[in-house]
Amino acid sequence: MTSTATKPVSTMLYRSRRLRLGSLLTLPLVWLVGLYIASLALLLATAFWRVDPFTSKVTPAFQFDAFEQLLSNQAYLSTSLRTLGIALTVTLVSAAFAIPLGIYMAKIASPWMRGFLAVAITLPLWAGYLVKILAMRVTFTEEGFFNSFFGVFGISGPGFSQTTVVLTLTYLWFPYMALPVYTAIRQIPVNLFDASADLGARGWTTIRTVVMPLLAPALIAGSVFTFSLSLGDYIAAELVGGRTQMIGSVIANNINLNPPVAAAFALVPIAFVVLYLLGTRRTGALERM
Amino acid sequence: MADTTPIAVELRGVSKRFGDTTAVAELDLAVRSGEFFSMLGPSGSGKTTVLRMIAGFEEASSGSILLDGDDVTRSAPFDRAVNTVFQDYALFPHMTIAQNVAYGLKVRKTPKAETQQRVAEALEQVRLAHVADRLPHQLSGGQRQRIALARALILRPRVLLLDEPLGALDKQLREQMQIELKQIQREVGITFIFVTHDQEEALTLSDRIAVFNQGRVEQVGTPREVYEFPQTAFVAGFLGVSNLIGPELAQQLTGSSQPFTVRPERVRVLAADATPASHETSVIGTIAETVYTGPATRYIVEGEHGLRVIAERHNDHAPTDTAPWSRGDRVRVAWATEHAALVP
Repeated sequence: MTSTATKPVSTMLYRSRRLRLGSLLTLPLVWLVGLYIASLALLLATAFWRVDPFTSKVTPAFQFDAFEQLLSNQAYLSTSLRTLGIALTVTLVSAAFAIPLGIYMAKIASPWMRGFLAVAITLPLWAGYLVKILAMRVTFTEEGFFNSFFGVFGISGPGFSQTTVVLTLTYLWFPYMALPVYTAIRQIPVNLFDASADLGARGWTTIRTVVMPLLAPALIAGSVFTFSLSLGDYIAAELVGGRTQMIGSVIANNINLNPPVAAAFALVPIAFVVLYLLGTRRTGALERM
Repeated sequence: MADTTPIAVELRGVSKRFGDTTAVAELDLAVRSGEFFSMLGPSGSGKTTVLRMIAGFEEASSGSILLDGDDVTRSAPFDRAVNTVFQDYALFPHMTIAQNVAYGLKVRKTPKAETQQRVAEALEQVRLAHVADRLPHQLSGGQRQRIALARALILRPRVLLLDEPLGALDKQLREQMQIELKQIQREVGITFIFVTHDQEEALTLSDRIAVFNQGRVEQVGTPREVYEFPQTAFVAGFLGVSNLIGPELAQQLTGSSQPFTVRPERVRVLAADATPASHETSVIGTIAETVYTGPATRYIVEGEHGLRVIAERHNDHAPTDTAPWSRGDRVRVAWATEHAALVP
């Protein structure tokens, strides 16, 4: 064969399955195992290390002091629960906005309107993360836009508080919910809406019995983003949260003082996400993903 | 069917416009109770739009739609006693077959025991009780089709609308389903309004057919009426192969310029010097093409004054016999004068 002479590398790859897989996976595997997994494993290991109470020096060890501190400290527990609550609220609010918006965009809006809304939803992704938080800060600060505008009607804004943190995080992560939900709704054949109405279901029943079950995979995909990104965030709490503390704030405070506690606390959001995924798996929605 | 049969669905001057295009124009139509009524036409002729307006998925731009005499023009689909079998079945992919069939009853909050019993009966009727727990994607096209039918019939609608329900099936399955549909319709006695572009299907199934073209109804009648006595050139051409004898040739043959049609199976081919029977009209031409189709052979005969006639000859002679005529032969085509249908 002439091709053997002209393309020796391709021929060799064609003949050897191992070489083929090797060349395909080397780069991503180095990245994934070397940096991604290894750094997480190191973090996990740090949680078991020991801090010298006098010198504050961290030495490798295998002890559970950091976890004990987590469980015994009331402030840490309430911070964990608060963070969980914030992340769940952000997820629910995002979903509650994304579903009707998605139905409108996919099934009702004109092509022009659909394009406009798609841009409007993704627009915040174009700006930097800090820029968006600062935008919220400008909006909700004491003499900010919200108060000066709504103050006329006697409504005062939430200021820098937990509510503002939820609003900010929703603002930050909403596109990650809206896009998969919109895509999923687009994929529902219009006929199913017609069939449901034809069989006697009103709009709300159709949403509940037809749209929602078909959206479950998209809602889970979106919620993994909104939920885990909210769990891990601390800058929003720092800049617009007033005195609101989140898990991230505690980790940031301890990262130099007490690395084992920071590392142990970093495992809490991971545990929440794993529990969340296990929960969604039970619903069976992941199999249809 | 007697004309005293009550009317199930009536359309009065119904139009539907999408932007600048008129999909349905000033349509009057009456479907009798209990009949199998087909709306036949090419795609874009407005037949599906009419069906969707009867179902309530589209609102008529003007005119009114009556269901058992009640005006439902502005009613929502869920407030109409009609149900639809969709072209691509529109089964809910996340529900089992039993859940799909039960959907309409569940929405109406029918008691559980009654629902269960009626679902079992409905599945029995379409002979698919054994797939109750499967999901739609695990079924074949023909099975899905029957489930869609069961899901709509379980609500005992006044009228069942079928939107090209057999379109996605292969030929053999389609023919089997046609027989089944007809049987089920006779059993339940519900009015069926059936949309199709397949003239053979419409002829096979229907009590009456409305032939659609460009948003208008060209003719309404029994299969025999529309096939044998097409009132327009379009109907003649759309319902099977038909020979249209234009004004010029008509003038030559009959002394009147009134165009007429004659079906290929009614046209005989004779030797050019043979004498036709006294009740026949005949004309001489040349065989331009012969087409062997299995059960029949078609001869396309062309000649003066725009003559172009297709004659179909049943291959009921000995299988080894070859065709008596071939391309280029001078022949005489003849048909009984009374078999010609004048086109008004």
